[in-house]
Amino acid sequence: MKSRVLVITSGKGGVGKTTTTANLGTALAMMGKKVVLLDTDIGLRNLDVVMGLENRIVFDVVDVVNGNCRLKQALIRDKRFEKLSLLPAAQTKDKTAVSPHQMKNLTNELREDFDYILVDCPAGIEQGFRNAISGADNAIIVATPEVSSVRDADRIIGLLEAAGLNNSQLIINRLRAKMVKCGDMMNIEDIIDILSIDLLGVVPEDESIVVSTNRGEPAVMENYSRAGEAYRRISRRIMGEDIPLNSLEEENSIVNKFKKILRLAK
Amino acid sequence: MLDILSRIFVKENTNSKDIARERLRLVLIHDRSMVSPDLLNSLKEDLIRVIKEYMEIEEESWLVNLESDEDSVALVANIPVRGFKRAVND
Repeated sequence: MKSRVLVITSGKGGVGKTTTTANLGTALAMMGKKVVLLDTDIGLRNLDVVMGLENRIVFDVVDVVNGNCRLKQALIRDKRFEKLSLLPAAQTKDKTAVSPHQMKNLTNELREDFDYILVDCPAGIEQGFRNAISGADNAIIVATPEVSSVRDADRIIGLLEAAGLNNSQLIINRLRAKMVKCGDMMNIEDIIDILSIDLLGVVPEDESIVVSTNRGEPAVMENYSRAGEAYRRISRRIMGEDIPLNSLEEENSIVNKFKKILRLAK
Repeated sequence: MLDILSRIFVKENTNSKDIARERLRLVLIHDRSMVSPDLLNSLKEDLIRVIKEYMEIEEESWLVNLESDEDSVALVANIPVRGFKRAVND
């Protein structure tokens, strides 16, 4: 199988890029794919703590690029999933410690050993962003249903296209079904309409994400996490499976199921 | 009682997501066209300079604006012409 480099990006910070990277990577590895998570947020690394691997870091991406160690020495094998690895960002340097050219060489080297290379992009549109997208085949854009996030996503789509990355796909994160129903949150159609981009999936707002991040265990490991389920479905779509949008994923609450049953009973 | 009524009424009238969508639509028109008010102004000045070589126009009452359709943006200029200069057609 040809390996794929996917960059997870958003422009705006705090919309769930790192959580998305951790969950999609873990889900793909659980389904038997060889996956490496690459944290490019140099100076503000976090993918390691979301994955619960922070205590195992010896070398980082800057060490690899500068030749202080071999690539294999810096890769952290996740003991829970043998096919999952993490290449952490450096915490003490800044984004200029790596160039887009070096990052591209690095992702190409990773292609030899992995099916999926998931690149966690920093917020912003400066060099960290340019580094993160330099070796990518496709981009996954994460946005929440807010004006600021969708606006930044639009800008990112433009910058990705200018860099030759077309066919980006969107994950709408932290959707609140109740608020959408009341008309107090933009719905999926609103956002897709505005951005005119393909939808990869929708992740509901879910407190289990907080719990799983507290523990350093991605939500996809938890069977009953709604967000985890959404990420599992998205990762199967990434693998090319035709997974329907589950009546827009957000309408899957118990209340709605109950209503459906009542309607049938009538 | 009045409070409850007005709350119901207000809620039905203004869906905040519609406000969000409309604000987003407008802000994206400007973001996407990458035109700042400064740039629009200097464009306007350049246009005046060029057009004045060919015809007399009312500088005070003309409008240059970006207008948007569903998914396109147009530069619309409304420029009242006072008269043409002689010998333009030669």
